[in-house]
Amino acid sequence: MKNLINNLNKAFENRIRLGIMSVLMVNDWVDFIDLKEMLDVTDGNLASHINALEKTNYIMVRKSFIGKKPNTSFSATEEGKNAFKEHLNALESLIRGEGR
Amino acid sequence: MQETLNHINDLKEIRSMMEKSSRFISLSGLSGIFAGIFALLGAATAYWYLDLNLTSPSDYKLNPEEYYLFFFLDAFIVLSLAICSGIFFTIRQSKKKNQKIWDKTSYRLVINVLIPLAVGGFFCLGLLYHQLPGLIAPATLLFYGLALLNGSKYTLDDVRYLGYTQIGLGLVATFLPGHGLLFWAIGFGIMHIVYGTLMYFKYEK
Repeated sequence: MKNLINNLNKAFENRIRLGIMSVLMVNDWVDFIDLKEMLDVTDGNLASHINALEKTNYIMVRKSFIGKKPNTSFSATEEGKNAFKEHLNALESLIRGEGR
Repeated sequence: MQETLNHINDLKEIRSMMEKSSRFISLSGLSGIFAGIFALLGAATAYWYLDLNLTSPSDYKLNPEEYYLFFFLDAFIVLSLAICSGIFFTIRQSKKKNQKIWDKTSYRLVINVLIPLAVGGFFCLGLLYHQLPGLIAPATLLFYGLALLNGSKYTLDDVRYLGYTQIGLGLVATFLPGHGLLFWAIGFGIMHIVYGTLMYFKYEK
């Protein structure tokens, strides 16, 4: 049991971070605005979680311009995707294990 | 036990987020049912107005121009009604699911369906140009099926099977000339009602 719990990634122990990674698993690049809409959070809240995930190198940031408007979008890194998949596996095995 | 519940909820939330962000989930089975009904009405109208026989190859009782014009008008009206009711039920469904009606997912779906459809439309014009009107009905079914197949990646996956069905019907129709109206009635009419009903009971009841 202890081993399984250790496989859960502390970086994802938050609803919003789970949401961010979930969206980035199935979409290549997502704009800040779209992410904010989908997760229904404030600018500041989203920004702080994004920073945390960026620090652990789980997501990468791309700043570009759409015409004259600046646009920030995010993508999951290879490391981030793998870490999230492991987290999902850990969740699933915990559920299966305790559901005996 | 509470731990397990939390993990289960986490997984549910993750799966839900993945779906909602990549697929347009507000598609309603009722759209299909009503589209099918309008298509059957359109086919019935054509059958009686043009005095056609559904199962034997068509005899042209009018000159070709009037024939084409009638079909074009018929199809246009059916399409408009189907789209309007489709939009109505989709808006209704997205309100129920608390989703935005027009966002990245709906935009992606529309583009991916419209491109094959537009190509099909132009191809059918080409068929008219080359005086091959007998291939128009099969072509519409084929391109519509491909459009659905393509779009299914961006909405409820069940649409894929409707796509396969239309493609199958289109291929059979290609080799059975003169039965265009019958295949239209089956593909755009009956099949829409069947799939619409299946999806309605799967997702909404």
